[in-house]
Amino acid sequence: MTPLVEAQGVSRHYPAPGGRTLKALDGVDLVIEKGATVGLVGESGSGKSTLGRTLVGLQTPTLGRVIFDGVDTASPTAEQLKMLRRQRQIVFQDPSGALNPRMTVGDTIIEHLRVQGWSRADARSQAAAAFDQCGLHSGLFTRYPHEISGGQRQRAVIARAISTDPAFIVADEPVSALDVSTRAQIMNLLRDIQKARGLTMLFISHDLSVVAHMCRQVAVMYLGRIVEMAPREALFRAPLHPYTAALMSAIPIPDPVREKTRSRAALKGETPDPANIPAGCRFSSRCPRASDLCKRQEPVLTSRETGHEVACHYPLEAAAIPA
Amino acid sequence: MANASDNTLLAVNNLTVSFGPSRAVDGISFSVASGETLGLVGESGCGKSTTALALMGLLQGGSTGGSAKLLGTELVGRSEEDLSRDRGLKLGMIFQDPGTALHPMIRVGDQLIEALRAHLKLGKAEARKRAVDLFRKVGIAAPEDRLRAYPHEMSGGMCQRVMIAMAIACNPKLLLADEPTTALDVTVQAQILSLLKDVAREGGMGVILITHDLGVVAGMTDRVAVMYAGEIVETAPTEQLFANPQHPYTQGLLNSIPQLETGHDAPMPVIPGSVQSAAQAKGCRFAPRCPFAEKGCEVRPTLKPVASDHFVACWRVQ
Repeated sequence: MTPLVEAQGVSRHYPAPGGRTLKALDGVDLVIEKGATVGLVGESGSGKSTLGRTLVGLQTPTLGRVIFDGVDTASPTAEQLKMLRRQRQIVFQDPSGALNPRMTVGDTIIEHLRVQGWSRADARSQAAAAFDQCGLHSGLFTRYPHEISGGQRQRAVIARAISTDPAFIVADEPVSALDVSTRAQIMNLLRDIQKARGLTMLFISHDLSVVAHMCRQVAVMYLGRIVEMAPREALFRAPLHPYTAALMSAIPIPDPVREKTRSRAALKGETPDPANIPAGCRFSSRCPRASDLCKRQEPVLTSRETGHEVACHYPLEAAAIPA
Repeated sequence: MANASDNTLLAVNNLTVSFGPSRAVDGISFSVASGETLGLVGESGCGKSTTALALMGLLQGGSTGGSAKLLGTELVGRSEEDLSRDRGLKLGMIFQDPGTALHPMIRVGDQLIEALRAHLKLGKAEARKRAVDLFRKVGIAAPEDRLRAYPHEMSGGMCQRVMIAMAIACNPKLLLADEPTTALDVTVQAQILSLLKDVAREGGMGVILITHDLGVVAGMTDRVAVMYAGEIVETAPTEQLFANPQHPYTQGLLNSIPQLETGHDAPMPVIPGSVQSAAQAKGCRFAPRCPFAEKGCEVRPTLKPVASDHFVACWRVQ
């Protein structure tokens, strides 16, 4: 397999009040192979959206490099820049906010293509094809966003993203704003498109169960860093990082018998301020296993078994996972 | 369904809420007993929040019909004066977004103290002492200091703890929680849900928990009512509903939840289409999306018993 997208030591810092630095991303290494779908999970403020935006070029890293298909995205030639824009696309969480309310959804997609250099006629046929692949009736092409349902709007946003024939799509919480019944439809659509086009995808979600359905490989973020990364089965069967285990045990299970009897590895407190990251391991302030070492020294992401990496001084044993 | 046992706290009978010609809530009936938690589930626009607002008398612009009795006192059609006395005292409400439910320019402590003084006629010092106790009860560390904070100085989880403190300040009989954890992260959600459970149990309160999340319903509720397009289509004890769902919509909802452990590579089962507006539909409102719809569904089904305390509005199971 060859890597398509590579983040090398990527950081994104912002100035914060009081002369402090808000570290939205703080040294992320990530390799996404061609044709893979990688899930990125984490809570608010973990930096998952910032990472997604950085990988498609909507944000530049403060430190580190993003390599796309062998091209360093920091210094592309004019020709490479054109390729980078067409090849990397993003689907946002809120389809209402992502579409221009004063344009028909069809025109929105056509404009998107025109900006990327398509001729008017090509843009129209390309947009219509993308529309069709996203399961939208051609009659909706001339509708305004407020005239269609939330699920249809998200389909239109996906159609726009695939219209330029990209190789890589970042889907940033694409189903979080949708109702349960619509959510399943959009998940299936994204999976079908990914398969049909051999797309490489970064699927960002706070919902582990959604990620489990969409991705074979999952990365868990906490306060600007990836703390664990593994194939889906290994991660959900035996998470090694205490944060991953806590995240899993906090998810409500839609089964009253199990839900009312299970024991929870409840986490204390909330995610610290990214402008004030704890010293040592950034999870140590909430970790039930933290020792003095954890408060002094930040663990690095290391491989424990094939493809399973974790950044923890005291990773969990398989037996210690709460059910 | 209105099994008027002695400890019935709230009895809702044929409640309707209309905005112009469209009926957001179309004749629903349910009851809540003391100490019981009822889950009200459904998707956007099914009328679950409107139901809560109607019970609280907080609806703007809609007209409400039918009856809702809290310990025998009618809530529908009361004067604003009567209502504002009972709101907070007998009925407490927790909203989805604590960031907008709290006044942004008043210290959270003052907001809580104001409520305590207005309803319980407490003196300043006494109300303050009570506020500190309440903050401690909802798990806010250093309560004396936090009373002086403004909402923007607190995290979402902390704001929701303040909201819960305000809602339970006067020991209401009934607590309405409208998507209380939807805006929160999953680890914080677990903390807030366990807090809600504790305060309700301690106060012997009845709770109506409104949510779209069936996982939350499974862990929190004793009984569930599933709403679709303004109607209750199925209601049953929680374990019964999950083990043996009868309405095709309930079945579809349960099937379309992604599970952490299973079925990763199979396509997700879906409910085709999307919710129709309540005004358009004739007959069964779910029929346009229902895999079992047939000619008889042009007549609207009503809730009929299928088992003990289990009611379904569907011709297929009647």
